[in-house]
Amino acid sequence: MTLDPFILRALVAGVLVALAAGPLGCFVVWRRMAYFGDATSHAAILGVALALSFDVSVFAGTLATALTMAFIIAAMVGRGWAMDTMLGVLAHSALALGLVAVSFVPGVRVDLSLYLFGDILTVTTADLAVMAGGVAVILGLLIWRWQGLLTATISDDLAQSMGINPARERLVLTVALSVIVVVGLKVVGALLIAALLIIPAATARVYARSPEGMAWLAVWVAAMAVIAGVFGSLTWDTPTGPSIVSAAAAFFVGSLAGKAVQRRVWPSEPAR
Amino acid sequence: MTAPLIEATGLSVGYDHAPPVLRNVTFTLHAGEIVTVVGPNGSGKSTFVRALLGMIRPAAGQVMRRKGLRVGYVPQKLHLDANLPLTVARFLRLNQRLDDTQVQALLARTGVPLLAAREMVTLSGGQFQRVLLARALANDPHLLVLDEPTQGLDQPGMADFYRLIEALRTDIGCAVLSVSHDLHVVMSASDRVICLNGHICCEGAPSVVSNAPEYRALFGLGTGGALALYQHHHDHGADHPDHTHDHTEACAHDT
Repeated sequence: MTLDPFILRALVAGVLVALAAGPLGCFVVWRRMAYFGDATSHAAILGVALALSFDVSVFAGTLATALTMAFIIAAMVGRGWAMDTMLGVLAHSALALGLVAVSFVPGVRVDLSLYLFGDILTVTTADLAVMAGGVAVILGLLIWRWQGLLTATISDDLAQSMGINPARERLVLTVALSVIVVVGLKVVGALLIAALLIIPAATARVYARSPEGMAWLAVWVAAMAVIAGVFGSLTWDTPTGPSIVSAAAAFFVGSLAGKAVQRRVWPSEPAR
Repeated sequence: MTAPLIEATGLSVGYDHAPPVLRNVTFTLHAGEIVTVVGPNGSGKSTFVRALLGMIRPAAGQVMRRKGLRVGYVPQKLHLDANLPLTVARFLRLNQRLDDTQVQALLARTGVPLLAAREMVTLSGGQFQRVLLARALANDPHLLVLDEPTQGLDQPGMADFYRLIEALRTDIGCAVLSVSHDLHVVMSASDRVICLNGHICCEGAPSVVSNAPEYRALFGLGTGGALALYQHHHDHGADHPDHTHDHTEACAHDT
């Protein structure tokens, strides 16, 4: 079987996103930031609208709104706001506002589903370059700050006692979460980026024995979900972004089932 | 006598625009000393310790720490997310390099030698506390700081933990600064007890009363003398001659 160039580009794009989403998703899960990821990625739609109206790159627009949203949330968390409701307000308002704003964009009618659910099969070589840059930033930040991030995730106090500034570690994650929105926009779309962060990490948790192992495993799960999703989408002519997330969800269920079987076959293994 | 480990003078600490949590606290900690800080909730105990360690900046006054001071910090009970796979050994290696032998030695020292491969979230309260302590010992500290170390332990568990701290102090000669919300029951090995409520209300030695029948009635025989009572002697408590005054109120009015 030969691969068309557009399929090859799609696979490269997907694996790039998986590389960043795996470890970053682990932190989202460990720090219970799931809703944070939602709000940041939903703000991307507003960025798309702004980028189209001001005729700047969609990547730049989404990065700007995602960063703005991430910093607003980070500042509110820092001041001790009750975040559950506020995040709900922010996430859905940003999404709705973005959808309304897009409808005001003059000229061609914008195909919104491209940004809501992504379209990995339309990724261009130029897109790949931007995505590779974003992934390099995220992985660079995570690898550089890994010990500090992990320690601050376990306890702010403990981190501080070792000379680690928890606020700086939060900033690293805030920036990384904004960048992943840009990287993932064309792959799974604004609505499902958070899913690509959380589901592979949750799947990896079932078998992981160490934080690093979980991050690695999450990368593999995310990459396999992307590959399965792309080929599934080609085979059955389904939307690619949702197909990728569905594949990830299937892996998650499979991993739970596998663990249950494993427990039954080797019941002597210590319970976790 | 060597220089003190920590010397704080006229220390005041506040958060944002709220009235200061600590006002004009002067305190010296010497090498090898065991000091217990007690006070009601919200009295600024944790703030006091954080300011001493330089984790927060004081609004006024100064803190001098001995040059090269190594501190082992045992935080209040952590809330680990069950989705974080973290073995005890990996936890000890957070932000520090330790080989397997060192990990084993640390765990053996705090009485939990068999836990290295266990996941942190499966530990009991007492085991968890000892693992936190083992981690704090890794850098061979001059000073061990314990923030509410016995929270959630029953009295025999508390006594065991205090005995362990006492043994460690004898062993490695570190000073111990321990914070407790229990106003009246403290580690009997404490050289000094400091009662804090925004300022230092009073300080003194715990009464060693482990042979008194009242003590036995309170603690039974299982605690082996590791716990002691602390009697508060507030000079402003003239209207409470028997020292059973409402501690929180009496202190709050004082400036």
